[in-house]
Amino acid sequence: MSTAIESLVNREYQYGFVTDVEADTIPRGLNEDIVRAIAAKKNEPEWMVEWRLKAYRRWLTMTEPHWSNVSYPAIDYQDMIYYSAPKSVKPLASLDEVDPELLRTYEKLGISLTEQKMLAGVAVDAIFDSVSVGTTFKEELGKQGIIFCSFGEAIQNHPDLVQKYLGTVVPHSDNFFAALNAAVFSDGSFCYVPKGVKCPMELSTYFRINAADTGQFERTLIIADEGASVSYLEGCTAPKRSGNQLHAAVVELVALDNASIKYSTVQNWYAGDAEGVGGIYNFVTKRGKCVGVNSKISWTQVETGSAITWKYPSVILQGDNSTGEFYSVAVVNNRQQADTGTKMIHIGKNTKSTIISKGISAGRGNNSYRGQVKVMPRATGARNYTQCDSMLIGNECGAHTFPYIEVQNDSAIVEHEASTSKIGEDQIFYCKQRGLNAEHAISIIVSGFCKEVFQNLPMEFAVEAQQLLGISLEGSVG
Amino acid sequence: MLEIKGLRANIGENEILKGVDLTVRKGEVHAIMGPNGSGKSTLAQVIAGHPAYEITAGSVTYDGQDLLEMEPEERAQAGIFLAFQYPVEIPGVTNAYFLRSAYNAIRKARGEDEVDPLEFLDVMEEKMKLVDMDPAMLNRSVNAGFSGGEKKRNEIVQLAVLNPRLAILDETDSGLDIDALRIVADGVNKLRGPEKSAIVVTHYQRLLNYIVPDYVHVLAGGRFVRSGGKELAVELEEHGYDWIQSHAPETAGAGSRA
Repeated sequence: MSTAIESLVNREYQYGFVTDVEADTIPRGLNEDIVRAIAAKKNEPEWMVEWRLKAYRRWLTMTEPHWSNVSYPAIDYQDMIYYSAPKSVKPLASLDEVDPELLRTYEKLGISLTEQKMLAGVAVDAIFDSVSVGTTFKEELGKQGIIFCSFGEAIQNHPDLVQKYLGTVVPHSDNFFAALNAAVFSDGSFCYVPKGVKCPMELSTYFRINAADTGQFERTLIIADEGASVSYLEGCTAPKRSGNQLHAAVVELVALDNASIKYSTVQNWYAGDAEGVGGIYNFVTKRGKCVGVNSKISWTQVETGSAITWKYPSVILQGDNSTGEFYSVAVVNNRQQADTGTKMIHIGKNTKSTIISKGISAGRGNNSYRGQVKVMPRATGARNYTQCDSMLIGNECGAHTFPYIEVQNDSAIVEHEASTSKIGEDQIFYCKQRGLNAEHAISIIVSGFCKEVFQNLPMEFAVEAQQLLGISLEGSVG
Repeated sequence: MLEIKGLRANIGENEILKGVDLTVRKGEVHAIMGPNGSGKSTLAQVIAGHPAYEITAGSVTYDGQDLLEMEPEERAQAGIFLAFQYPVEIPGVTNAYFLRSAYNAIRKARGEDEVDPLEFLDVMEEKMKLVDMDPAMLNRSVNAGFSGGEKKRNEIVQLAVLNPRLAILDETDSGLDIDALRIVADGVNKLRGPEKSAIVVTHYQRLLNYIVPDYVHVLAGGRFVRSGGKELAVELEEHGYDWIQSHAPETAGAGSRA
C-alpha cells in the first residue's frame, strides 16, 4: 500500500474529545421502570408513556436481526445507560441560558449556537446525549408557521401533530432497533412545514454523544404539508472511547400532496481505532413516506464514521407521481463495517425512484450495499434506476452488493447498474506525474467517484463532506 | 540537463535495465528505439519515478539534482513530463479540473500564483488548437471513454499546457493512424525550443519522420547497443532489430557522449 493510501486510512479523528459536564443519568439497564423514568424526566403525557410501553413490550418479543453482512460481539442491553443529560440543561430554556461549556463544545465541532456567530441560513437544533441544548432561528421560522424544535418540546407544545404522525412511517413494531428506540427515545428534532410554505433556510440537527456507556436514541419527525418544501441536514460526532456505544435512531418523513423533503446526513460518529477497538454501532431506521400525489423525498448521505453502520433510508411511494431518491457515499476503513442501502416501495402510479450508491472501502473495511426495489401490483408506470459503484483502496478491504428487485406490475421499468473499481498505483502515479501530491491525487480520484452524490448535498454540508473525505468538491461540480 | 549513469532497475525479481548511460542536453531530442521487452518503457517510467521499479545501481541527475531521491510529483514540478503509453482513466473528474489542478500544483511549487478557472480556460483553448482537439473534451472525464487516439492526443494537450523542460513520450505513436500521428507530431514540434529537451520512445521509425531526433539509441536486453544520428533509425527500419544486435559490438555506455 502506498504512503498516500496509508495516510488517508490513518487520519486522526478530530472530534474525539470529551466535554466535562455533570450529567443527570438514570441507572444502567432496561425495564418498564426505566421506560417510565425516561418519560418522567421529560414530563411526558400519559399517551406518550403508553406508546413507549407498548413498544417496549413488543421489543421484548423480538430478536436482534443478524441478516446483515456485519459481525460484532453480542450487545448486552442490560449493561447500557438509556438516558444521560447535562444537568445544566433546563427544559425549554432559551439559547441565552445554555451552559457556556456546552456552547464551547459545539464551537469546537464547528457549530455556533450564539446569536453573533450563527451560520446564516441554517437553523440548528443541537442534541447533546439525550437532550436538546437549544434550537436557533426558532422565532424567525415561527413567523412563517414553521415549527422546528426538539422532540421533547413538540410533545409538550404540539401534541396533536405528534400524535397524528408519530409511528405512521416507522411503526413502534417495525424492527428490533426501531422498537427499542420507540421505548427509550429521549430527544431528537421535530419539524412541521405548513401548507404552501417553502422553508427559507436549511434546518439542521447536530447530534453529539458525550457520556460513556450511554446509548443515543433520538427520534426525528419531519412533516411537509401540502405544497410545502424543506431541506434538512444532520451531522453527528462522538468522543473516542475504547468501548462500543449504541446509536439507534429513528427518522420519519411525511410528505403530503405536492410536498418535498430533502434530507441530508453527514455521519461521522467515532469509528474505533485502527484495530477496531471502540466506535459507535450505528443501527438506524430512516424512512420517508410520499403520502400525497406529486410528492418527493430525497435522501443524501455521506457515511464516514461508526464502527458498524446498519442503515437503509427508504421511501414508500404511496402517492401517484411521487418521487424517491437515494444518494449515498459510504466510506469504510481500518476495521469499519457498513451494511447500507435503501428500499424503494412503489405503490402509487407513475412513481419514480433513483438510487445512486458509492461505496469506498479502504484498510480492512467491509462495505455492503443492500437495496430493495419493490413494485406493487397497482404501481402502473413505475420506474427505478439504480447505480451501485464500489471503489477499493488497498488489498485487504471488501465490497459487496445485495440488490433485491421485486416487480409485480408488467409496465414497470427497473434498471440496475453496478461497477467495482480499484484505486491503483497507476492512477496515483499518473496524477503525481502531473505534479499533484498523493493526497491531492486520492482526493481528486475519490471526488470524481462520488461526484453524482456530492452534487446533491446542500452547500453547507458539501463543505463538511469535503473536509471529511479530504476531497476537493470543486472537482465534483466543475 | 539529464545524466544517467550505469542505471540498473528491477521489477520484482527481474532485472529490466542492466546498465544504461545517457546524457541529454538542453534543446536535444533523443529517440530511444528497440524491440519489444527491451526496457524502453521501463526507462521512461524510471525517469518519471514509477514506484513499481527498484533501482539497484547507477545514478540519474537532473539539473545537478539527484533525481532518484525525488518524489514523482517533485520531478513533475521540476519540469519532467511523461506522456504515458497507456493513459489512465479518472471517471468523474473533468479534464479541465484535472489539468488546472496539475497546472496550479506546478505553479505553486515554483512559487507562482495559481490561476482561476477563467484564466485557465484561455490557456487551454490555445493549447487545444495545437492538437486539433474539440473544446467539449474539457468537460469530459479524464480519458474515460476516450478512444486510443483521443487518449494520446490528450497527453499532448497536457504536455502543451504543463510546458515541461524535459518531455518523455512513451510510444505516443502506438495506436495512432497516420493523420493522428501527424497532428500529434506537429503539436510536439511546436513545443520544441532551445531550452527544452525530449526523449521519444518508439518502436517504429515512422514517428521519427515527423519528430526528427538529434540522436537515436537502440536499447536491447536492458542496454544501449547502438547510438547514432537520425540516420540510424532509417537503417534500423531497413534491417530490423536482429541485424543491429548481430552486427553491432555490445558497448555498454554507447548512449553516453561527451
